[in-house]
Amino acid sequence: MSELIPLIVAKYNYWLYIILMMIGLYAMIAKNNLVKKLVGMNIFQTSIILFYVSIGCKKGGTIPIIHHGIHAGRHVVDPAHYVNPLPHVLMLTAIVVSVSTLGVALALAVKIYNRYKTLEEDEILARLRAK
Amino acid sequence: MNDHTPALLIILPLLFAFMVSGMAWIKKSLCYPLAVAGSGLCAFFSIRVFTHVLRHGTMQYSLGGWEAPWGIGYHVDLLNGVVLVAVSVLAFINMIATRKAAAIQFPEKEGAFYALYLLFIVGLVGIVATGDLFNLYVLLEVASLTSYALIALGEGRAPLSSLNYLYMGTIGGCFYLLGVGYLYIMTGSLNMADVASLLPPLYESGAIWVAFTFCMVGIGVKMAFFPLHVWLPNAYTYAPSAVSSLIAPLMTKVMVYVMIRLMISVFCVDFAFSVLDLGSAMVWLSILAIVMGAALALAQKNLKRLFCYIIVSEIGYMVGGAWLGNAAGMTGAILHILNDALMTICLFLAAGTIHYRINNLDLDHLQGLFGRMPVTMACLVAAGLSIIGVPPTCGFFSKWYLITGALQAGQYGFMAALLFSSLVNVILFFRVFEIGYYGDPGHGHMHGSSPETRTEAPAAMLAPLLILSAGLVVMGVFTGTIVAAVIDPIIPAGLAR
Repeated sequence: MSELIPLIVAKYNYWLYIILMMIGLYAMIAKNNLVKKLVGMNIFQTSIILFYVSIGCKKGGTIPIIHHGIHAGRHVVDPAHYVNPLPHVLMLTAIVVSVSTLGVALALAVKIYNRYKTLEEDEILARLRAK
Repeated sequence: MNDHTPALLIILPLLFAFMVSGMAWIKKSLCYPLAVAGSGLCAFFSIRVFTHVLRHGTMQYSLGGWEAPWGIGYHVDLLNGVVLVAVSVLAFINMIATRKAAAIQFPEKEGAFYALYLLFIVGLVGIVATGDLFNLYVLLEVASLTSYALIALGEGRAPLSSLNYLYMGTIGGCFYLLGVGYLYIMTGSLNMADVASLLPPLYESGAIWVAFTFCMVGIGVKMAFFPLHVWLPNAYTYAPSAVSSLIAPLMTKVMVYVMIRLMISVFCVDFAFSVLDLGSAMVWLSILAIVMGAALALAQKNLKRLFCYIIVSEIGYMVGGAWLGNAAGMTGAILHILNDALMTICLFLAAGTIHYRINNLDLDHLQGLFGRMPVTMACLVAAGLSIIGVPPTCGFFSKWYLITGALQAGQYGFMAALLFSSLVNVILFFRVFEIGYYGDPGHGHMHGSSPETRTEAPAAMLAPLLILSAGLVVMGVFTGTIVAAVIDPIIPAGLAR
């Protein structure tokens, strides 16, 4: 137990993303309303985005822009002083993917609502069974 | 210095997709020719890339001139070259074959349909051509998003099943992304070849195991591997016929390709078989997939739904073959990707053609179909025989390699499952043939025509179907050449011969 607490504290970013991910997954599995499932899905995707963003960060690191000013090229660039920009750039793409997934999903939800006049999954299934 | 064909493969259909969706506002009748041009060019360039790879070896292309570990690289070797040809050519043939069906099913939305169709090709071709793990994720989502939209074009339950597919597919995609994240933490690279060279010292690390598991589960969802298959039957059954004959043969097969690519080019066979020792566990899972897919197919009353469960079972063949851990099994799995794409597109095109004429695919509506649509049914028989595995057709040969691999590996359960599913396929198809041949049309719903009238589908739909069915036999006859020229060189040296 005494070993576990430092482990959790030292890697708290991983624990946070796991908790968020489980909240999202729970909503997707357990919720009955199709839009609530979508909210769960978005939390799930966001947790992975946070995971990527957190692995690029460094303590005391700053934005990765090198000054081309007076001392340009005179001093050595130390990567430890700069945040790793690559995971952040990747996540810009992942955000676009998750927004477009959400868009398609909401369009489908509208289509389903127009057809069945409800978004509760059990009511839709009951209606389908009755046919 | 750079041959740009690998980039053109992806950029051309993308440009044509925008042109088609723009043209939908100006002149609707031009949408279809533009779409045919886009997918035809894609097929042409993929054949050129493949012949180039056959003659001169692996092709590397760096997007924007940024060299491989930093920029995104496209890497085409024999494995993805041949899958590229299969994907783009089958998509092109399907576009021609389903024109009439598409024009009837969504007359107002032709522009949107063909734009999505081209984007779907972009996604699949990109997944196959790319040599970058994150780029693969993005293109995977491009292919998935377009397939959700295409499936939702159907009637009845289509939007609901498409939304369920979206939930499952997003979980799959996110798991894959998470796996790539772990790989990035450990290696600091996203290029497949670069990651493969950095991994061996890290094989014992727990993070790599987690990365591998997340990637495999994510891809397992997307390819509908048995316990994760629940989205597939509804999505493919309720999709419009022009869409299901596009997505059903290609999407799942491309995902099997991704699994094999990760196994042999990123994690390498040593890791999959020696370090993790997952071989027999995965083979047992695929035995379960084959048996359950076959058993569930027996219970179906709708032709298209029956084919969907056959796909679930065929995915088991390929995954099992890849995980047998020897050269024969891997050869069988790769050969079966090609053969199964061809067989499945034949089945779904035949089903689409029948649907075009009689508007119903329930088995008890198929009475007397041999008399009314002899050519279509002949093609269905050819595809059915190939799925069963009757010698001159290609299905026999890949099954032969898989069974040889199972015997070499001592996996008799896998061999038994293959034989069991072949027997079940015999029952499934001969039941369909029996209804079509002996079923009394008088009891069926004839829609006003007398039982003797031939109501064969138009030649524009039949010609592609006939070409594909002939392809089944041609592929079978030339199996030896294909295996020697294409598949043998890509079997990694670490696998037992």
